[in-house]
Amino acid sequence: MGDIKKVATRMAFGEALTQIGAREDIVVMDADLTKSTMTNLFQKVYPKRHINCGIAEGNMISTAAGLASCGKTVFAASFAMFSTGRAFEQVRNSVAYPHLNVKIVGSHAGLTVGEDGATHQCIEDVALMRAIPGMVIVSPADATETHAAVRAIADYKGPVYLRVSRLAMPVLFDPDSYQFTLGKGHIMRDGSDVTIIGAGLLLHEGVKAADMLAGEGISVRLVDMATIKPIDSELIIESAKKTGAIVCVEEHNVIGGLGGAVAEVLGQNYPVPMEIVGVADQFGRSGKPEALLDAYHMSAPYIVGKVKRVLERKQK
Amino acid sequence: MDNKTALKLSVIAAKAKKNALRGIYESQSGHPGGSMSVMDILVTLFFSEMNVDPKNPHDPKRDRFVLSKGHCAPGLYGVLAERGFFETAACAGFRTIDSCLQGHPDMKSVSGVDMSTGSLGQGVSAANGMALAGKLDGAGYRVYVATGDGELQEGQVWEAAMFSAQYKLDNLTLFVDNNGLQIDGDIAGIMNPAPIAEKYRAFGWNVLEIDGHDYHQIADAIQKAKAEKGRPTAVVCKTIKGKGISYMEDRAEWHGKAPNKEEYETAVAELDARIAELEGQING
Ligand SMILES: Cc1ncc(C[n+]2csc(CCOP(=O)(O)OP(=O)(O)O)c2C)c(N)n1
Ligand SMILES: [Mg+2]
Repeated sequence: MGDIKKVATRMAFGEALTQIGAREDIVVMDADLTKSTMTNLFQKVYPKRHINCGIAEGNMISTAAGLASCGKTVFAASFAMFSTGRAFEQVRNSVAYPHLNVKIVGSHAGLTVGEDGATHQCIEDVALMRAIPGMVIVSPADATETHAAVRAIADYKGPVYLRVSRLAMPVLFDPDSYQFTLGKGHIMRDGSDVTIIGAGLLLHEGVKAADMLAGEGISVRLVDMATIKPIDSELIIESAKKTGAIVCVEEHNVIGGLGGAVAEVLGQNYPVPMEIVGVADQFGRSGKPEALLDAYHMSAPYIVGKVKRVLERKQK
Repeated sequence: MDNKTALKLSVIAAKAKKNALRGIYESQSGHPGGSMSVMDILVTLFFSEMNVDPKNPHDPKRDRFVLSKGHCAPGLYGVLAERGFFETAACAGFRTIDSCLQGHPDMKSVSGVDMSTGSLGQGVSAANGMALAGKLDGAGYRVYVATGDGELQEGQVWEAAMFSAQYKLDNLTLFVDNNGLQIDGDIAGIMNPAPIAEKYRAFGWNVLEIDGHDYHQIADAIQKAKAEKGRPTAVVCKTIKGKGISYMEDRAEWHGKAPNKEEYETAVAELDARIAELEGQING
């Protein structure tokens, strides 16, 4: 297993930006984290169109709005905590209300930031961005999906939140065959007993859980829901009809994230038992990413546990 | 600027003030004080300086204006109407359900509005973005932005001030409407941003201090800003909140209050008298 290629989605983000960087309308902004968000890759090739704003995230977002109002496609990156948290109101009023073409990028999302601890482990960003009218949210799971997502959102005119992670992870999808459609989830493997819907880094734990469950004779449909908003309601409802039970897995607070979005669709259309694997409304803490996922009951064995629980509820 | 031009701008300002107050009166809601204090700056920009065309409001080559103190939308709408961006009659619908004239400027719904504002402190940043886009594109347009003086209490204004200087945005001109008042009263007694000029100088800006109700000085400051190379210009404008309406002048209570019928009629009468007087001077 040691030779499996691992790439962080933040790295893929930086690479993808650089690949499309010849587009003169693209401007990349950062707030003194260029080597962490990986916008430094773009900066090396296109220094004139890379704007370091210093440690001033609110200013960065409103400046991005001004650039976008003059026809620029702006990617403004910082840690998720700051690009969506510190600058929430600038995102809401400067960017989203006028529906400007700014891609807010939050790197280092979730618990797997690891050692930096709670102040940097943003588990609220999806909830914050989801509550803003018209905001699109993309949370890719691997490098392949990140590459495709960056291209797709660069072609989409309007505000988008792109959520990427610090941790290097195995590449799940084959770049030659993988197709990304903004606003659509996709079935990674089909099954009949339960659907696991995942996004971002925790989808990897979902894959492991599905393998473990297959060993026990439980047939899992595994859905990659990389676009969290607008959510693919059709696929959610169809999965509920087919499998009768759903477990959402995400590296986010269990309030207001992917699980919340799926619950909203199910509750209003086709209620079936569901469970959410995520951070149980607590702050994170320092530690190794893998240890944290265990400590917060988010790794594959805990997903398996939630699947069994939802299956029990389904039988009743 | 010659005297006759200044007199003509004064007439336009009085008419724009009438438009602004009409909307505030009809909806019984809005911000008259700061709309009056910034009016002479707006009129100078839109009638004697900025390259804008109401028939082609989205021209990429146009000059931009950001009203960072977005609560003074009635003032901006009053001027845009006089400039022909929409019918002056539309001002009467301000803040009502079927009107495009939102309580704070919405760039999506009103042509002539270059940035949606209302949350104080964000406009200079947005103007920086526009100025930077102009630099990246080698475009010759200029960007103007107006802030309140209370607004300077927002930290983002100073983040933006660093940015403008760092990126040498000499195509940017900031007007500070230094009327000395904010909602709760005297800015000096609440959280004093003074000395404003020194602060901008320390941030690396070219700074001019003028009387914000003197058209000659405003026009002159704009020209000096255009001649300045390598740094942005801040024009700190001494103004009077509620300027031109006797009972509103320099009174904090008129920050966000609508006049009643009698007060409205008094204001209109004062402005009409002013227009008649100015027209007499122009023709005489
Ligand atoms: C971020 C933010 N906080 C508070 C307000 C509410 N508010 C509207 S106007 C105002 C006072 C503004 O004072 P100043 O900048 O001096 O404006 P002016 O005197 O020119 O009207 C406040 C606090 C707001 N619009 N935005
Ligand atoms: Mg003031």
